[in-house]
Amino acid sequence: MAVLIVTETSKGKFNKASLEAISYGAQVASMLSTTASLLSIGSGSDDELAKAGEYGVATVLKADHAKLSHFDPQLFSKLILAAMEKTGADVLIMSHDRTGKAVAPRISAVLQAGLISGAVELPVTSGGFSVKKNVFSGKAFAEYSITTAKKIITLLPNSVPVKLTGTAATVSAFVEGIDAFSSVLKIEEKIHQHDGEIPLPGADVVVSAGRGLKGPENWGMVEDLAKTLSAATACSRPVADIGWRPHHEHVGQTGIAIRPNLYIAIGISGAIQHLAGVNGSKVIVVINKDPEAPFFKAADYGVVGDAFEIVPKLNEAFRKFKEQNS
Amino acid sequence: MKILVCISQVPDTTSKIAFTDNNTRFNEDKVQFIVNPYDEWYALVRALELKESLGGTVTIITVGPLAVEPIIRKALAIGADDAVRIDMDPQDAFSTAKSIADYARGKGFELILAGKETIDFNGSEVGGMIAGLLDLPFISLASKLDISNGSAVAEIDIEGGVEVTTSPLPCVISAAKGMAEARIPNMRGIMAARTKNIEVISSDVAPLVQVKAFTLPAPKSAVKLIDPSNMDQLVELLHSEAKVI
Ligand SMILES: Cc1cc2nc3c(=O)[nH]c(=O)nc-3n(C[C@H](O)[C@H](O)[C@H](O)COP(=O)(O)OP(=O)(O)OC[C@H]3O[C@@H](n4cnc5c(N)ncnc54)[C@H](O)[C@@H]3O)c2cc1C
Ligand SMILES: Nc1ncnc2c1ncn2[C@@H]1O[C@H](COP(=O)(O)O)[C@@H](O)[C@H]1O
Repeated sequence: MAVLIVTETSKGKFNKASLEAISYGAQVASMLSTTASLLSIGSGSDDELAKAGEYGVATVLKADHAKLSHFDPQLFSKLILAAMEKTGADVLIMSHDRTGKAVAPRISAVLQAGLISGAVELPVTSGGFSVKKNVFSGKAFAEYSITTAKKIITLLPNSVPVKLTGTAATVSAFVEGIDAFSSVLKIEEKIHQHDGEIPLPGADVVVSAGRGLKGPENWGMVEDLAKTLSAATACSRPVADIGWRPHHEHVGQTGIAIRPNLYIAIGISGAIQHLAGVNGSKVIVVINKDPEAPFFKAADYGVVGDAFEIVPKLNEAFRKFKEQNS
Repeated sequence: MKILVCISQVPDTTSKIAFTDNNTRFNEDKVQFIVNPYDEWYALVRALELKESLGGTVTIITVGPLAVEPIIRKALAIGADDAVRIDMDPQDAFSTAKSIADYARGKGFELILAGKETIDFNGSEVGGMIAGLLDLPFISLASKLDISNGSAVAEIDIEGGVEVTTSPLPCVISAAKGMAEARIPNMRGIMAARTKNIEVISSDVAPLVQVKAFTLPAPKSAVKLIDPSNMDQLVELLHSEAKVI
């Protein structure tokens, strides 16, 4: 028995979600009294990849190949299946990100290995093997048991804290499984990110605003606050639908689901479909002029009042705090 | 163009989430069921638009017992040509995907569309599994889809940009927000749906995972209200009490 963790590097580095998956996989291996290896897809210096050892894996297989520079689920699956074979892995751990969501189900189907996607806790291994995951868009959890010998888990980012345990890992190159396969997908990236913009999906702090802001011309104070906090910006669905903000900022049931440490909601009523995308946040601050706004029921801290007065003051207070603590 | 769209039944987004049978089953009492929004608003509507411009047929498929027929009729009313119901309680993503793949194999579908995820089980699993079982290319989370020169061209939102992916047909694509604008069925559609054919087939695939128990999150403690004139206090609490800054 062995555990294989699969993550990607971005610009040669592990991101936070990858480190969480690595640490999670290492902890699963130690629960099963076995070892964990990492298959790292993408470029990255051996020194950076060896850091995975500090999160508990002993060996790193580095898959750095021109064929892998774009995401083709079919190709990635071939590589991962070859790495599972090579390491004798019967447990596969990935992050519940775009890659994990597309590849883990494919491998599950090919191997007929039970898959739990979006796990929020470490598995329970006494008397079987079960894992807790989010269901009903964060309104409940389900504990699933996997009955097959081979098991696959994708881990929801920002759910299980990392644990530092070991020292550096050994790194070796691995690109088996993909030589004979030529990708049929043609992929082209069009990046339009502005410098210094914080991507929403993995952000620790998110400042979000809704229809209460009356119009797109009023988002300056939201962006200022986000800048002070090094936060990403988000919005409610109607705001994206009427074109006040770009679609990729829309969070909720039909937008993206996020789990930041801090979510600040400004002029958002807190409809159940909005909450579905943000109720995994550790701490929620709500600013709304209506004391009856449903969002206050889901909030940790609330400020009842006019956003146009409160947000600049809050920004000022954060700025003062930053100065005193830097 | 022969298109298959996978649709699933989910509780309405405002449903009360509660469980029965020792917390092993979702309590369906008084729950209103709808077509999963990603399946209806994006996958199905885009399939219909493609059919309108290129010709062909749109077949919907769902795995579920007789009780899911109302959502099948809804999808037929929006404009699907015909429907397949695989008469089985969908126990997990694998048994669902395998039943659909077994049906679709060899039938000449050029495009198989699924939603990004179901809003009840939030798996994002079924589409990728169907692609794996049929060994087809898979484009996941597409927010735009076109057919050009006999290939599928999809756009996927990625961090800080978009990725444009072109795949030969047949392929499997999962639909995210943006692929189409929701359509409301009109009277003619609703009338026509009554006589459209629903083929019922049986399937028997064992699940790979099982729900042991559902739990509800611990109730949130009451909100702490801060005086609007005292934002320094809020910052202090976020620092020393909540420890998030
Ligand atoms: C199937 C379905 C899926 C959906 N999916 C999503 C989703 O993914 N994400 C999503 O967000 N919504 C979603 N919705 C829509 C959702 O139901 C709500 O309509 C939406 O979230 C409301 O957006 P809002 O809070 O910005 O606007 P409103 O409901 O109009 O609320 C504006 C709020 O601003 C407050 N306000 C006004 N002026 C001020 C001021 N000066 N200062 C402070 N506060 C002020 C008001 O008191 C009010 O609470 C979905 C709906 C359906 C039916
Ligand atoms: N019971 C089902 N019948 C048909 N299609 C389904 C079923 N369950 C899920 N799907 C399809 O698979 C997609 C992803 O579902 P899931 O993997 O459950 O998140 C859905 O959006 C549907 O398109």
